[in-house]
Amino acid sequence: MRFRVNPKTGTGLGVLGFFVLIAAIGPWIAPYDPSAMGPDLLRPPSMRHPFGTTQTGQDVFSQILVGTRGVLVVGLVAGLIATVLSVVVGVTAGFLGGTADEVLSALSNVFLVVPALPLIIIVVSFLPDASDLVIALAISATGWAWGARVLRAQTLSLRQRDHVEAARATGEHTWRLIVFEVMPNLTAVIASGFVGTVIFAVLSEITLSFIGVANISNWNWGTVLFWAQNNQALAQGAWWWFVPAGLSIALLGTALSLINFGIDEFVNPRLRTSGRVRGEKGARTRAGFTPVVRTGGDRS
Amino acid sequence: MTFLLRRAAFYLVTAWAAITINFVLPRMLPGDPVQTMITRFQGRLSADAIASLHVLFGLDAGESLPTQYWKYWENLFRGDLGLSFTFFPTTVTDVVAQSLPWTLSLMGVTTVISFVLGTLIGVYAGWRRGSWLDGLLPVTTFFSAIPYFWLGLIAIAVFAVNLRAFPAAGGYAPGVVPGFTAEFVGSALYHAVLPGVTIVVSSVAGWVLGMRNMMVTVSSEDYVVAAHAKGLPERRVMLRYAARNAVLPSVSGFALSLGFIVGGTLLVEMVFSYPGIGFVLFQAVNAKDYPLMQGIFLIITLAVLVANLLADVVYLLLDPRTRKVS
Amino acid sequence: MTVLEIRDLSVDYGQGDDAVHAVSSVDLTLERGEVLGLAGESGSGKSTLAHAMTRLLPPPGVITSGEVLYHGRRSSSDGPVDVLGLTPKELRAFRWSEVSVVFQGAMNSLNPVSTVEQQLGDVFRAHRRDMTAARRTERSRELLDLVGISADRLSAYPHQLSGGTRQRVMIAMALALEPEIVVMDEPTTALDVVVQRQILEKMMRLREQLGFAVVFITHDISLLVEFSDRIAIVYAGRVVEQAPAREIYRAAAHPYSRGLLNSFPALHGERRPLTGIPGSPPDLRHVPSGCPFHPRCPSAFDPCDQDTPALVPLGEHRSAACWLHTTSPRRRSGVGAT
Repeated sequence: MRFRVNPKTGTGLGVLGFFVLIAAIGPWIAPYDPSAMGPDLLRPPSMRHPFGTTQTGQDVFSQILVGTRGVLVVGLVAGLIATVLSVVVGVTAGFLGGTADEVLSALSNVFLVVPALPLIIIVVSFLPDASDLVIALAISATGWAWGARVLRAQTLSLRQRDHVEAARATGEHTWRLIVFEVMPNLTAVIASGFVGTVIFAVLSEITLSFIGVANISNWNWGTVLFWAQNNQALAQGAWWWFVPAGLSIALLGTALSLINFGIDEFVNPRLRTSGRVRGEKGARTRAGFTPVVRTGGDRS
Repeated sequence: MTFLLRRAAFYLVTAWAAITINFVLPRMLPGDPVQTMITRFQGRLSADAIASLHVLFGLDAGESLPTQYWKYWENLFRGDLGLSFTFFPTTVTDVVAQSLPWTLSLMGVTTVISFVLGTLIGVYAGWRRGSWLDGLLPVTTFFSAIPYFWLGLIAIAVFAVNLRAFPAAGGYAPGVVPGFTAEFVGSALYHAVLPGVTIVVSSVAGWVLGMRNMMVTVSSEDYVVAAHAKGLPERRVMLRYAARNAVLPSVSGFALSLGFIVGGTLLVEMVFSYPGIGFVLFQAVNAKDYPLMQGIFLIITLAVLVANLLADVVYLLLDPRTRKVS
Repeated sequence: MTVLEIRDLSVDYGQGDDAVHAVSSVDLTLERGEVLGLAGESGSGKSTLAHAMTRLLPPPGVITSGEVLYHGRRSSSDGPVDVLGLTPKELRAFRWSEVSVVFQGAMNSLNPVSTVEQQLGDVFRAHRRDMTAARRTERSRELLDLVGISADRLSAYPHQLSGGTRQRVMIAMALALEPEIVVMDEPTTALDVVVQRQILEKMMRLREQLGFAVVFITHDISLLVEFSDRIAIVYAGRVVEQAPAREIYRAAAHPYSRGLLNSFPALHGERRPLTGIPGSPPDLRHVPSGCPFHPRCPSAFDPCDQDTPALVPLGEHRSAACWLHTTSPRRRSGVGAT
């Protein structure tokens, strides 16, 4: 398959790659121990502390660097588990149809409708140890339903396509049909669902850390914000304490969304923002009024 | 009608599922945090209160699970959600009843504003595809990637701490007595501006994007081309033919986005110490107030289900294909 | 009497270097009250042509040359109108009152969220500002009656109607303002054969009654032969042959026309073997040099891959663009005729 990386996807992948790199080497390149207290209390950014320091003299830059790993690991693990769940439920429902479909669809609809955040909060707070893995599991348990719904609809339409019907008529096993005839056509949808779930997981994890449900001794961008909020960083005007973490979240989220736009446009070319519609002549394309650009000019 | 009945039945099942999750969770998960809590408050709890907490969390080892389940439902129907430890000795039901109106009005107003605004921008952006509005898309993406609560923090830092234009916390000025007085309503509105704007700004992008994409898709439908061919005024084609159809997925998707909207609103309330459910939940989480957390989860879920049913009614009114005409 | 004249019309998809030439220098005339059939395989540019002349092509379609001259009864005082030169406002007024369109895909050309009455009413509200609501309803009833639908269907939504009924509604709508020209773009492809025939026969009776001209586009050449007065065959965005329907059916001049005729069973007359045309229509981004049909043409010879033949008259009523019927400008040694 010919796959040209579109500029949006390219940008997104680039930024994501940068964060993955930081996640891998962050703890080694961090100039300080993120939890170590230092003599410089609540200082704005400087050469020694690029993102400033906290009330107890901790280096915010090191906290962000070290915290990247937690964010990405939870995001990717939760995304992976949720995607597997959504593929299993969605494809099965769409392919089998009938009662199995009814039951599985109802199940995913229940999970879609129940507000995820309060549910995750109570699940996690009943657990004695809110480790990263537990958080990832809780997030994936609530985040799989959207993907399942989309995949079910796609599978349903794929099932009626000729090649699947033909393979079915020759008496292929159901699982072989699903793996070899249906799944390859769902790649883009699954990929986009995965990226979407990772966004959801990252935001959820940071939120849980921020409100103090997750283990606040694990560094991630949410815990940075938790400490900032609890130490009145705002009232003290310590903007450097919460701005870097927020921007990192937004940047990572934007990168993931851009990757998803690329996938969406790959699947549905009509969504592309600017094809080569406007050349140098720049005729305004207007719905319902085909522009007339007489270039030749042999007749007036 | 069958459509609505089916939906209503589904919401009943969902409500049942949420209630059952609430029943099962404390019984399934390891550890006994609730018992510790009750023990700590032992001296101050009445026998009735203890009994109700035992029903809530299944601490009566002697009783069979079905009996516990039955009692749990009985308590629910009496409106007994147990006692809050944070706001001891107020009942969970009272705490929720006090904070729910704040959340409902904040969320209701901001959601409507955000939906209408986002949809209108989306209609124009999709209709005038290739215009400068497309340049807004990366910006809206960036905004939709910002967590609600962080935007709230920034809003407080800029508008409350630095500019001192709006209050940083609370639902009304400390001296004002709640009631239907001009003073109170004015103060409440003033306090709602920052949290409200925060919610609108971070949620509007989603609606813009969804609507734009649907407009682009719908614009090439035959009935839109036919409307152009009929020589109808452009506004009429854009609104009645394109937007009217493009908005349907937004409305049916509305129900599904509600969970996210609720989550976002709760967080904004936490950041602004707004006297709604979210702030109460925040306090409950920090105090490990299990009855309150569970009660809030239940109420929020039920409220979301009701909102979903409303969205279904709207969809029914908008899409003739779901109406059965005899 | 000519009602519409298309001169040198060209359409590109996209602009600049990678533009695709979907229609190239097409000349066509439509006489008042006649049925002109446009035939060609899918992707030949026949629908693009019809959409371009009403300026309904979606982006990235651009009209790059030509004129579409409309000689209406109403505009006769100041000569013909160039549709391509109209402002959006003038174009809106022109549309539907002079040229209406019955679209491809009977199922989707009605707005699913509006009733039949609302959609008919929209036409009157846009073009007949002074019409009262009561008069609009009355006129809508008449129109439904005209196409054989009972008036109680006015309050129906499209999804409550059968495919055939929807297309009848579309036809009723197309006739609402008594236009001079009705463009029918694959009007019956989604319908079954019986309904298709009923609708076309209805349409032809209405034409005799009301006197409008029809541009009838379909890939089904047997329908065209039966229902059109004149046929233009389109290949790779060019008109390759134009002739009265009967003559094309009897003896098509262009090998492509013959191929098309042989790929459909004849409805009447003697049986012929169905041969079809080998190969597929050219990718418009890479149109073959010379006559675009030459790679698939059974009679291709010397000049065909070098020079593009022009559409030249062959007798009084017909013309063709084929080296079999003209002499190559460069190689006068070429063969004259078959």
